[in-house]
Amino acid sequence: MDVPPTAEPAVEARGLSKRYRGGQLAVDGLDLRVPRGSVFGFLGPNGSGKTTTIRMLLGLIEPTAGTAALLGRPMPRDARRVLPAVGALIEGPALYGFLTGRDNLARFDAADPTADPATRRARIDAALGRVGLGAAAGKRAKAYSLGMKQRLGLAAALLQPRELLVLDEPTNGLDPQGMREMRALVRELAGEGITVFLSSHLLDEVEQVCTHTAVMARGRLLTQGPVAQLAAGVRGRLAVTTPDAADAARVLREHGVTGLSVAGDQVTGDPPDAAGTGGAGAGGARPVDLADLNAALVGAGVRVRAFGVERGTLEDAFVALTGEGFDVAG
Amino acid sequence: MSPAEPATAASEGAATGPRSAPPSAARWWWTFGLLRSELGVTLRRWRTLALLGILAALPVLIGIAVKVETGDGGGSGGGEGPAFIHQVTNNGLFLVFTALAATLPFFLPMTVGVVAGDSVAGEAAAGTLRYLLVAPAGRSRLLLAKFASVVVFCLLATLVVAASALLVGVALFPVGDVTLLSGVTVSFGEGLLRALAIALAVTVSLLGLAALGLFVSTLTGSGIAAMSATVGLLITVQILAVIPQLDALHPYLFPYHWLSFADLLRAPVLWDDVLANAGLQALYVAVFGSAAWARFTSRDIAA
Repeated sequence: MDVPPTAEPAVEARGLSKRYRGGQLAVDGLDLRVPRGSVFGFLGPNGSGKTTTIRMLLGLIEPTAGTAALLGRPMPRDARRVLPAVGALIEGPALYGFLTGRDNLARFDAADPTADPATRRARIDAALGRVGLGAAAGKRAKAYSLGMKQRLGLAAALLQPRELLVLDEPTNGLDPQGMREMRALVRELAGEGITVFLSSHLLDEVEQVCTHTAVMARGRLLTQGPVAQLAAGVRGRLAVTTPDAADAARVLREHGVTGLSVAGDQVTGDPPDAAGTGGAGAGGARPVDLADLNAALVGAGVRVRAFGVERGTLEDAFVALTGEGFDVAG
Repeated sequence: MSPAEPATAASEGAATGPRSAPPSAARWWWTFGLLRSELGVTLRRWRTLALLGILAALPVLIGIAVKVETGDGGGSGGGEGPAFIHQVTNNGLFLVFTALAATLPFFLPMTVGVVAGDSVAGEAAAGTLRYLLVAPAGRSRLLLAKFASVVVFCLLATLVVAASALLVGVALFPVGDVTLLSGVTVSFGEGLLRALAIALAVTVSLLGLAALGLFVSTLTGSGIAAMSATVGLLITVQILAVIPQLDALHPYLFPYHWLSFADLLRAPVLWDDVLANAGLQALYVAVFGSAAWARFTSRDIAA
């Protein structure tokens, strides 16, 4: 979803840093820009500083250095004006166990100075319906499963019409079905024009729902930009499936394919520079067409079962950026 | 109201333009709504109800004890005991004064210490504090609502003791005209009014500790720690208050004038100590209220 470049970013941070009392630098000079209308995936391993960043953005903790702005207004100075337009799920849900789901929402709604008590009931019902908790609304929150608590937390973020949703690890604790529903909901909200800032340590989650992403590791921002661009920045791997693997590798090497590896009937390698990567942006002159590579294989008597380029994934991009893998559970 | 917001706000406040604040009427109602929500959460906690239940049970115990003691023919029980306990058999209304005198040194302030200590720290521990703040409740207003709800609890706790004592007193003992401490006799109606005044004086007596507890509550992210620290402070102060070597310190301890409420049972009323008590409590509220505000508005909410 593209937005006019003139629009103020939904989230902007400049040189944002946080040093905790122990001297540990949790966030180090973060420059972040979340375009309006985007679904922004804020990626990083656990402990990389994502939650600290979110807490600074929302005015819960004070930056050691740098500035933050939400919806074009400085935080935390304009918190009272900005935050009613921001829904947030921060580091998991927190509820009053002795109150029912509905009363929990009423409690959080009462804390919002812009929330109209006259419409509270209707808005609570709508939010409960939206996250699929209508039936459990009268149960005490302490009887909720983690997934239900997560849903109730999301309902609290949806009590008012929002311009920005900040969701910190929203699929934590959800079962696969719940995860799918959460992703569908995020897409639906984005379709309504709400900017969604979603932190996650799950690459596939970000790849599935996000338009933009930023990657954080050890307190520093490694990269940010549209998801497609980031994934495309990683060169795809040429993959050939053939019973004549050794011959195929030889022919491919002769045609400039590098980094070849053979595993059973699978031969993979980096295509020559100008060859199509299979991804976007591979226009222009192509001295070596992938089709020619295939023809060369066949011409050399190599029996080819499958031939193609595996697109670079966000995970490849991440590994390329950090030089290490990370938890991709889920 | 943005001086209320975190410290940077205060320093940059001058640079900000006019604010698009909600209309004042709506704002007023909102503050009231937050207070109501705060009270609702406080009073629906099982712990709060248990504390109030204990407070309601104490006058029953005292009443029964007095009844049994006088019923078995003795009547001249050993001299010591809570103030007014010997008048109870003549007039059930005195059970109100007895019960307040018996609970004021420890039980009443203990419940206040628990509720005040838990008010901020408990929400920080549960994590709900962060959601209230991003709602955004506003740190000053939230703190004010919390203090107000603790004050309401002080009043409620006192009234629970008084009302329970009144019911038990009326049920177990004769009632009628009240002979005041100065020997003057007033009607039962005026006696009731004086009982109400005493309940208010007792409530005022608890405010200093309420502010102290609120301050302790802003210092930690653990509700249990804040509650026990506040109750621990109460016990410490009560011990200090009976060490004669610390005479010079005593007038500054918050319980110093607590039993002054008895002066409301004189005719004419001796206001000196009652007012001195109010002044001392106001001082505590000012000092520890400010400290709580300074701490809470600049604190990192990292839980």
